[in-house]
Amino acid sequence: MNLRLRFAALAVCASATFCAQAADVTGAGASFVFPVMSKWSADYHAATGHRINYQSIGSGGGIAQIKAGTVDFGSSDAPLSPTDLDAAGLIQFPLVIGGVVPVANVPGLTPGALKLSGALLADIFLGKVKAWNDDAIVALNPDLGLPAIPIRVIHRSDGSGTTFNFVNYLGKASPEWKQKVGEGTSVKWPAGYGGKGNEGVAAYVKQIKGGIGYVELSYALQNKMAYASLRNAAGNFVAPGAESFAAAATSADWASAADFHLVMTDAPGAQAWPITATNFILMHKQLKDAEKSSAARAFFEWVYANGDAQAATLHYVPLPDALVQQVSAYWSTELAQ
Amino acid sequence: MSAAIIPLPRRVAVDEVQARRDARADFAFRSVLACAALLVLAALVGAALSMAWGGREAFATFGPGFLTSSNWDVGAREFGALVPIYGTVVSASIAMLIAVPVSFGIAVFLTEVCPPWLRAWVGGAIELLAGIPSIIYGMWGLFVLAPFLSEYAFPWFDEKLGPWPAIGALFRGPPLGIGMGTAGLVLAVMVIPFIASVMREVFLTVPQRLKESAYALGSTTWEVVWDVVLPYTRSAVVGGIFLGLGRALGETMAVTFVIGNAYSLSPSLLEPGTSIASTIANEFGEALDPLHRSSLLALALVLFLLTFVVLALAKYMLMKLRQREGK
Repeated sequence: MNLRLRFAALAVCASATFCAQAADVTGAGASFVFPVMSKWSADYHAATGHRINYQSIGSGGGIAQIKAGTVDFGSSDAPLSPTDLDAAGLIQFPLVIGGVVPVANVPGLTPGALKLSGALLADIFLGKVKAWNDDAIVALNPDLGLPAIPIRVIHRSDGSGTTFNFVNYLGKASPEWKQKVGEGTSVKWPAGYGGKGNEGVAAYVKQIKGGIGYVELSYALQNKMAYASLRNAAGNFVAPGAESFAAAATSADWASAADFHLVMTDAPGAQAWPITATNFILMHKQLKDAEKSSAARAFFEWVYANGDAQAATLHYVPLPDALVQQVSAYWSTELAQ
Repeated sequence: MSAAIIPLPRRVAVDEVQARRDARADFAFRSVLACAALLVLAALVGAALSMAWGGREAFATFGPGFLTSSNWDVGAREFGALVPIYGTVVSASIAMLIAVPVSFGIAVFLTEVCPPWLRAWVGGAIELLAGIPSIIYGMWGLFVLAPFLSEYAFPWFDEKLGPWPAIGALFRGPPLGIGMGTAGLVLAVMVIPFIASVMREVFLTVPQRLKESAYALGSTTWEVVWDVVLPYTRSAVVGGIFLGLGRALGETMAVTFVIGNAYSLSPSLLEPGTSIASTIANEFGEALDPLHRSSLLALALVLFLLTFVVLALAKYMLMKLRQREGK
């Protein structure tokens, strides 16, 4: 009898927690936004009492899960095309901005000192430029006195949005890259070694003399690595950072991008960082559960309004105000009320 | 009189009830046991079928070429499994080449040579090594072993062994400390505790009388081990080796850290490669394309079959050995 009572009590508890979870919002996708997403959901919970549960399973998983309808929102580092979105009944909008930076391990090199162009970076990653004292590199960096050590290319071994944005930029900067390698979350690398995750690439570059790789800015800063300056579309050499990421986001042509289908690399702004990346959120137009749909929307509204400081401390860049307004307008027209 | 007889049928009835209850309980218990055992079979068959089903698109698209092509190009949607298969087999082989003799040495030392006070320490250390999670081995490989190899061992390999004909090809390349050789070395360290502890356990089962007889006839320690201990324990030793090989084939994280993850086919131990398990770990999360996902599942099936064949081979060898022992 006593035991039965206990079971009954357990069942009541279980159903109570189940009811509480019903109002919670679940999302899954890119690992790129996971750090800021955890911070936001913690702050959002403190502010409103609602829980946001985000699982960092990769963009591919995020897209698959939202299409299958097992989560309330998905997240991807690569935008889906308007046709794909229509076919799956999804909407898409940018959430937060970050940037990918080339990092190098050459003795004596300080952060920001090395200057590279997109075409040169592509040639390095194609394996065509083999040594640090190659004429093409020295031409851009006459004062650095680069040593005659071989270049070791380091890339991501896992599929990632970081790779997607990096190779997308190389494709825009070099026709040869576009033709030989193409783009994607993982590609057939012509040269080099693969490290797993940003931390894997950072570890390889730090260990391998003459190494050059690419990581998200925060990893370059945390590991005190020598990142490079890049020549952008406007012809200026810019250093990576919040200002140049924001400049890229402001100058990108969002207004004429249907469903925000735009990869922001090689943005036209005078001070724009050329490998600036956006994370996209995917939601169903018609959610089975209207309550969850509005709860998810409320969360993203809160993020746009209150989440900028948390993003900045984690080296992300919030969306420019004009873009946020564009997202709001998009919601009103696309999202079923 | 009658008062004494009356309780008897009642007691029989109670016993019958008890017996029936016991039989029911026994039947339930057996059923539960059978279910537990069947669960393993169901999981095995289910895993194989779901991998085959998931990989059907890859097999249909590439046919047998999936196994023989070395081209893995996500962008062009062309997938060939040769490089990961090669990496898995080679890294596991290197591991076994190192691990088997070392484990054998450890086991012999512990059972025949070691002073008793040291035995507990070394034995405990082996068990501790066996319990370390593989990601720790990966980090150790990347942050400790790789810099050491690139500083001291690999440059020497490249310089001194590289120019040799034929086997020199194994040792030529950039001495960065990351690649197939490092992966094999880390795997060796990981499987040594498994093989060594199995070997030690079975060496201890050899009757003391046999060994003492051999010693009394003037055998050296080596002769005792080689001619008495090993023949007595051969099948269990082979079993232990294959247990280690099974682990080496499927190891994921530690290999991913140090193998270099490049789709290149090179005989050199200093060049980077990739293995089946690390390819899956690397790419599954971001495999957007259905064909890519399917190819990764097909790769998983290949690893499954590879491990299955290895274990089947081990069983077959054990069977053969037992037959010979009978004669």
